[in-house]
Amino acid sequence: MDHLAFDVAHLLAGGLVLISMTMLYQDRLYALIRVFALHAVVLALSVAWQAAIQHAPHLYITATIALLFKAIIIPVSLLRIMRQLGVHREIDTVVGIGPTMLAGMGLIALSMVVMLRVTTESDPLAREDLAFALSVVLLGLLMMVTRRNAVSQVVGFMSLENGLILAATGAKGMPLVVEISVAFSVLIAFIVIGIFLFRIRERFDTVDVRALEQLRGEER
Amino acid sequence: MTAPPVDTVAAVLLVPIGAATLLAVLPSYRLSARLNVLASLLTLLAALSLLIARPAPGQFLLIDDLNVVFIVLNTLVGFTTSVFSASYIAHEIEIGRLTPASLRFYHAMYQVMMFGMNLALVANNIGLMWVAIELATLTTVMMVGLYRTPHALEAAWKYFILGSVGIALALFGTILVYMAARPVVGEGLDGMTWTILVRNVAAFDPALLNVAFVFLLLGYGTKVGLAPLHAWLPDAHAEGPTPISAVLSGLLLNVALYALLRFKILLAAAPGVIAPGPLMVTMGLTSLIFAAFMLYRRRDIKRMFAYSSIEHMGIIAFAFGMGGPLANFAGLLHMTMHSLTKSAIFFSVGHISQIKGTQRIADIRGLTVTHPVLGWGLVLGVMAITGMPPLGIFMSEFLVVSSTFAREPLLAIPLVLGLLVAFGALLLRLGTLAFGEPLGSTARAEASYMPMFAHLALVLVAGIYLPGPVVVWFQHVASLLG
Repeated sequence: MDHLAFDVAHLLAGGLVLISMTMLYQDRLYALIRVFALHAVVLALSVAWQAAIQHAPHLYITATIALLFKAIIIPVSLLRIMRQLGVHREIDTVVGIGPTMLAGMGLIALSMVVMLRVTTESDPLAREDLAFALSVVLLGLLMMVTRRNAVSQVVGFMSLENGLILAATGAKGMPLVVEISVAFSVLIAFIVIGIFLFRIRERFDTVDVRALEQLRGEER
Repeated sequence: MTAPPVDTVAAVLLVPIGAATLLAVLPSYRLSARLNVLASLLTLLAALSLLIARPAPGQFLLIDDLNVVFIVLNTLVGFTTSVFSASYIAHEIEIGRLTPASLRFYHAMYQVMMFGMNLALVANNIGLMWVAIELATLTTVMMVGLYRTPHALEAAWKYFILGSVGIALALFGTILVYMAARPVVGEGLDGMTWTILVRNVAAFDPALLNVAFVFLLLGYGTKVGLAPLHAWLPDAHAEGPTPISAVLSGLLLNVALYALLRFKILLAAAPGVIAPGPLMVTMGLTSLIFAAFMLYRRRDIKRMFAYSSIEHMGIIAFAFGMGGPLANFAGLLHMTMHSLTKSAIFFSVGHISQIKGTQRIADIRGLTVTHPVLGWGLVLGVMAITGMPPLGIFMSEFLVVSSTFAREPLLAIPLVLGLLVAFGALLLRLGTLAFGEPLGSTARAEASYMPMFAHLALVLVAGIYLPGPVVVWFQHVASLLG
């Protein structure tokens, strides 16, 4: 394996994990969305690099989709929605930043241990890629459960999807069907979420999901 | 096997998608409701024709002995639910809970959902199957939020978030399966085509397959509603329109289970991997016991039957987890019976809550006196779901319990406990719902009884006499499941 190819791929995937960690401690919504845009840019770079070293030109499409939709269109429209709605900017977290970061580190360690152990026979590039991808997925999950605000849950979900795309592109020669569908489903998901956000606003004048949390099995 | 004159697999997919397009532009909801029924009927006919003439597996689509059972069940319940839905929405329009515009959306979404589920069932590609299940999920999310009340929105949001997490984990699992397949079958589409995977699985890396299965189990398990990932299920059932509760319980849970079974077959054919059985048994038992106890605390009638669905999915997962010809047979039978019975119950509950104008159990009493047909229909349905002889679920539960006693007597104790607890809870509630001094509105029911009684009749017939060819068929499928 070409050393440079491996190192750059490693750097970009590792960068993605680092940015995921950065997202965990953002306490302003605007900043969070900007960090997410950076996350998407790094993802696009990483996918493009995979396209170059795997000689798989169709991956450039995935990279372009990531760049256009996730790094530009989605953050811009999210920021606009928030400005229109006048959403309060602080993020309400369920758990404090400190414990969340510790949990994040634990999850990264977990994914390294799990993935590196089971993929001893795969080629090293795919191995590292999968381990990093799993970290990104788990960090996205962590973010979704530790935030109360609907917008930050959505951002958590999108960073999780970024992790999935990293995994899919790392798996060499994975059929195009899946890549496009992933990108497409993110788009659908975004539309759905957009509708939801507007309706939530219509009903409650806020995008804090706590306003929604009245359903309790015990009371009904 | 002769080639059919028209491509029936394509028909199973094209009819719903064509109907969805048409329904999206049709303004009259009365016409749409009829068209919805017609399209569902056509899909059912196309599915039935698959029993007779089966096309050869292609690169993307596959009909085999396993999924043909699911497809027929899926389209059958889809058809009867569309009949129920027509009378249900007529009432909703009357009381102004839904507008003609939201109904246009509802009907189009109904067909898109049927398309998604059918595609998931006939897909020969694990990536395509994933996409289809995600599509079906997204459409149900939107339908759960259809009433736009705060509760409905919360239910839809919760469903969406948990469903997305599940679907993300499932995709990660799917990618891992591809990674395991790549060194053996090569790059490209082959690495995701199910028929090719299952032929070559013996040479796959077992460690990678193990991890993949854990992700798939958690991911699709969320959709099946297995504890501890079930939190979305009761809300989604209680807050959406009742026809959607019926298809969620009767169909979508099955489709997710089908995906799990596909991967279980894959693992069963690979040497050196963990046995998927114990994991499924544990999750199944947890769901069963948890849901059985939760049944006692329900005050909302639809929510109660949603917990009952968790309970039954637990039993089914348990049966498939035990494996072996008898337990698999019982699992398949139980799945079929549960689909039919639970959707019949939701048909009856839907009309009842419309008449009474409430879903609170405490406000509904004496149904057999005021609405004898609906009331006794509900009684029959609940008797069936609790596993009273001679109805179909008794037979499948009996098979599950007896095969467990024969092989793992210790596991049979919690199983029987869970069944008894659930039995008690449902009968307790049924007593107040169906009998006693009538409470609430006694308005005449403008209901369509055909779907409910058709389902119950099938369950009764299956309980008394299961036709020989069906038994042979189920036995064959059970042996495939390993």
